[in-house]
Amino acid sequence: MDGMQGVQTAPAIPQAAPAYAMPLRRRRLLRGGLQGSEYAWAVAFCIPYIAIFFTFVVYPVAFGLWMGHNPHLYVELWQDPIYRISIVNTIVYLAVGVNLKLFLALLLSGFFMRKRLWIKALLVIYVLPWAVPSLPTFMSIHWMLNAQWGLIDNFLWNFFHIDGPAFLDTSRWLALGSVIAAYIWKFMPFWTVILLAGRMAIPQELYESADVDGASGLYKFTHVTFPLLANLYLVCTLLSTIWTLGDFITVFFVSGGGPALTTNTLATLGIRDAYTVAQPDLGVAAVMTALPLLIPLVLILMRKLRTAEVQL
Amino acid sequence: MSATAVPRHAARPRGRRNYRLRAWVTEALCILLGIVLVIWSVVPIYNMVQLAVQPNGDVFTSTVWPAHPSFLSFWVVVTQGYWYLEHFWHQFGNSLYMGVMTVFFTLLIGSLSSFAIGRMRIRHGWLLTNAALLTYVIPASFLAIPFYLIMHDYGMDDNIWAVIASLVTFATPYAIFIFLNYGASIPLELDDAARIDGASPPQVYYRIYLPLMAPAMVAVGTYALLLSWNEFLYQYLLLSSDKSMTVAVALAQFLNSDESPWNLMMATAIIYALPPVAIYYLFRRKMTAGLTMGGVKG
Repeated sequence: MDGMQGVQTAPAIPQAAPAYAMPLRRRRLLRGGLQGSEYAWAVAFCIPYIAIFFTFVVYPVAFGLWMGHNPHLYVELWQDPIYRISIVNTIVYLAVGVNLKLFLALLLSGFFMRKRLWIKALLVIYVLPWAVPSLPTFMSIHWMLNAQWGLIDNFLWNFFHIDGPAFLDTSRWLALGSVIAAYIWKFMPFWTVILLAGRMAIPQELYESADVDGASGLYKFTHVTFPLLANLYLVCTLLSTIWTLGDFITVFFVSGGGPALTTNTLATLGIRDAYTVAQPDLGVAAVMTALPLLIPLVLILMRKLRTAEVQL
Repeated sequence: MSATAVPRHAARPRGRRNYRLRAWVTEALCILLGIVLVIWSVVPIYNMVQLAVQPNGDVFTSTVWPAHPSFLSFWVVVTQGYWYLEHFWHQFGNSLYMGVMTVFFTLLIGSLSSFAIGRMRIRHGWLLTNAALLTYVIPASFLAIPFYLIMHDYGMDDNIWAVIASLVTFATPYAIFIFLNYGASIPLELDDAARIDGASPPQVYYRIYLPLMAPAMVAVGTYALLLSWNEFLYQYLLLSSDKSMTVAVALAQFLNSDESPWNLMMATAIIYALPPVAIYYLFRRKMTAGLTMGGVKG
């Protein structure tokens, strides 16, 4: 072992069978299999992460809960029409954005399974939205949707002589739709790659035997691919829902919450209330109203990630 | 596969012709889908480029192709030749510094704790794994307001280290998962052999564990760098002065001002986007392997 000074348990361990030679279960019984200075080292190795977890996760969470504990904040929120609109937006954003994105990603992952060289090359282009940082691309999309000088409007004008719609300036649903489209554009490649890896892990023999049985493509999808991918797909949906709930940058740059503050989600509304309106408590309260949705999702997801060993 | 749903084969010759026709149709549909996907993926990026290569003022025209493309705006950005670009290279340095520090601390803290949990098998290690899991699934933006106020109390306003702390906090859990998962494939006997030879835990960590973990380190490092480059909210809230802000904050600040020359902004954005794109494509294979490591055992 290392040096003489830290070894306190030496007499308890028989010389012939040192701790590290025992079966794992036995080893773990003895102070986690570590003795003396080794145990101290192991604790020391964990201390940085423990410190980070308490300083930057536990403390802010507790502080946030304390900030949002006053019931009158929630009355105030509910009386704010912008808040009620934001709730609806958040639900639409999650329900449509997450599910449409993942369903398309699931279908496209099947497309990218094809063993063609040009399809492999296509995948490299297809992941480009994911590789380019979010901020520049969302700024670009914001300008692209400009009603007067944007690329889409210019395209429609040059080729069809129609005046394109004002995506972001007049209609709430058009603006929210634009945000969702930008969100799908940005994040679909990532989930496609995840689901593609999931499909690659399915043994090829299953498809071969399905072929022998004369199964059609659709049949193979519903009876082979989907049952085997269902768990991964569920985990992806849960994780993506949670991350999308906290998504700030898409809404902030594509629509900026406009027109007339009708496309905010809870994440952007919280920041708006805290900084633009200068009421941090209200901002925290707005974000906290997502907890009834967030907590069950987190619990299910943590269970799933632990038991199924799905790693993302 | 159940035997009940077996469709009957058609007669042979017709079947073969059908098969060829279907192969053609499938191929055509695939190519069509491919074209749609390329257009869908590339258009916003093309838009960035076409705005960046337009001379001043030409942004406000109804063209799809730039009429007089020039690389002048890139030159203006690189030489800091516009008032809002005065500190461009300094801010770029800040972004880079932030990214490198995030990578360093994420790798250091993540590998140390996963070494203690996975290799030394510290008691109650599962508590740490759960803490990491919990951090991984909390949306970072929900903690932004309390985090900002706490940093304000600590006097860390306008300090890039506050942003680095937040990034390390949210990147380390992922690092721990990947390291634990990857480390499980390395035999524990290697550590035991080193210990019998008298290596102390830090020596085992430094001489055995780290070299063997190199591929996972590359994957996690790339992830942490991309995370810091993609992150915006914490930088936006925590950094306010010209000297301390990163390129992302500078861009957003400029977007909000009234007279924004979009060609310069997009040129800045493209230069800002180049390093992560290059790194992503360089380490793409390792990244994907890391992202899906142990992907679908469930």
